[in-house]
Amino acid sequence: MKRLIVILFILFNFTYAYIQVPILDRYVTDKTNTLTSAQLNGLEYRLKTYEDTTSNQIVILMIPSLEGEDLFDFSQQVAEKNKIGQKGKDNGILILIVKEERKIRIEVGYGLEGVVPDAVASSIIRNIIAPYFKAGNYYEGLLKGIETLQDAIAGTYQAENENKKLNGFLTALILIIVVIIFFSVLSGVRGSSKGGWNYYHGGWHSYPKRRSSWGGFGGFGGSSSGGFGGGGFSGGGGSFGGGGASGSW
Amino acid sequence: MRNKGLLIGCSIGAAILFLVFIIFSYGVSKYNQLVSLNEEVNKAWSQVENQYQRRYDLIPNLVETVKGVANFEKETYLAVTEARAKVGQIQITPQMLEDPKAFERFQSAQDNLSSALSRLLVTVENYPQLKANENFLQLQAQLEGTENRISVERKRFNESVQSYNTAIKRFPTNIIAGMFGFREKQYFKAVVEAETAPKVKF
Repeated sequence: MKRLIVILFILFNFTYAYIQVPILDRYVTDKTNTLTSAQLNGLEYRLKTYEDTTSNQIVILMIPSLEGEDLFDFSQQVAEKNKIGQKGKDNGILILIVKEERKIRIEVGYGLEGVVPDAVASSIIRNIIAPYFKAGNYYEGLLKGIETLQDAIAGTYQAENENKKLNGFLTALILIIVVIIFFSVLSGVRGSSKGGWNYYHGGWHSYPKRRSSWGGFGGFGGSSSGGFGGGGFSGGGGSFGGGGASGSW
Repeated sequence: MRNKGLLIGCSIGAAILFLVFIIFSYGVSKYNQLVSLNEEVNKAWSQVENQYQRRYDLIPNLVETVKGVANFEKETYLAVTEARAKVGQIQITPQMLEDPKAFERFQSAQDNLSSALSRLLVTVENYPQLKANENFLQLQAQLEGTENRISVERKRFNESVQSYNTAIKRFPTNIIAGMFGFREKQYFKAVVEAETAPKVKF
């Protein structure tokens, strides 16, 4: 029995030796308590705005240690699991900082490999981020790193994203008009013998067409406010092929 | 009496035809599934080949940069050039995916090149001129990136082979697989020696 407990104890520790791949819900996740609240919010705002204007997702994760895991393997898993970048465009970037081991990795999604090739990512780590980190300026290093990445990418997806927003808005407008027409037609034809709300409620259920357009309207509201709501990041379905670069300071 | 017999005969005949039709449709859908899985494997394989080719093309530049540095150990970069030449000699054919010996030859040639390269990069640690050379550092970044990409594509290839192999072995699809010549494909095996260059700290 004792032996069994010992074995189970060893196995338990063994499984805990491997670091968990975190699900990220913010653009900047700092598990090392290095950045101040103000700095975190500043970077968060910058990256959220960047996604809203270009659809590119740049995400930062700072962890204290890899706990024996390989830098590339872990970075690839975090990027893929969180599906950073938009589906189809694969325009995501993960900046992974491992503080105690002094390692940096920039993981670049398929779609951005053209504008941020491995050599550029490597150069950004070595010449921009590392010098600041060596001096202990983590915030500056990250900020300058992001700026340089954004310059490298230089708004490639901007036009597409603006079109998407316009289409979304037009669709909503049309749907609103359709709903208004339905409501007015209904009240015109059926009269209002029963109470207003009750009748609409009953009428609503029996007209599935209206229900779906209402649902569509609600859906639009959801998707446009996704970025502006309580804040937070969620992956757009992007994928990664192993592009990017690693470095240290 | 004869009418009844005819009726029974016809209905049995119809039932048999119907059964045959069902089996045939099932067979067709399974065959099509195998074709799709086979194409997935081919697609994944071409991705693997692309990345290996990318590495192959990067190496001459790397070797030239290293040669330019005085006193750099010749054997180290010559080993890379030789390993690369051996890779170049391997003929890649579609049958290779099903032939264990041919596949193994391909994998070990590529893995030998990986080892030679990582030994080269370890040796570079002793040459500060190279470590400070921006050109070299960019080449090194590209090479490391390619090695990472190779590892991702190999993993995806193995996953596609797993789906395919499972499908052709499962009953009753294995009958159809056998009839139309869908054979088991090979996996990339894990490399026994360490792939990553050990970090040399001063």
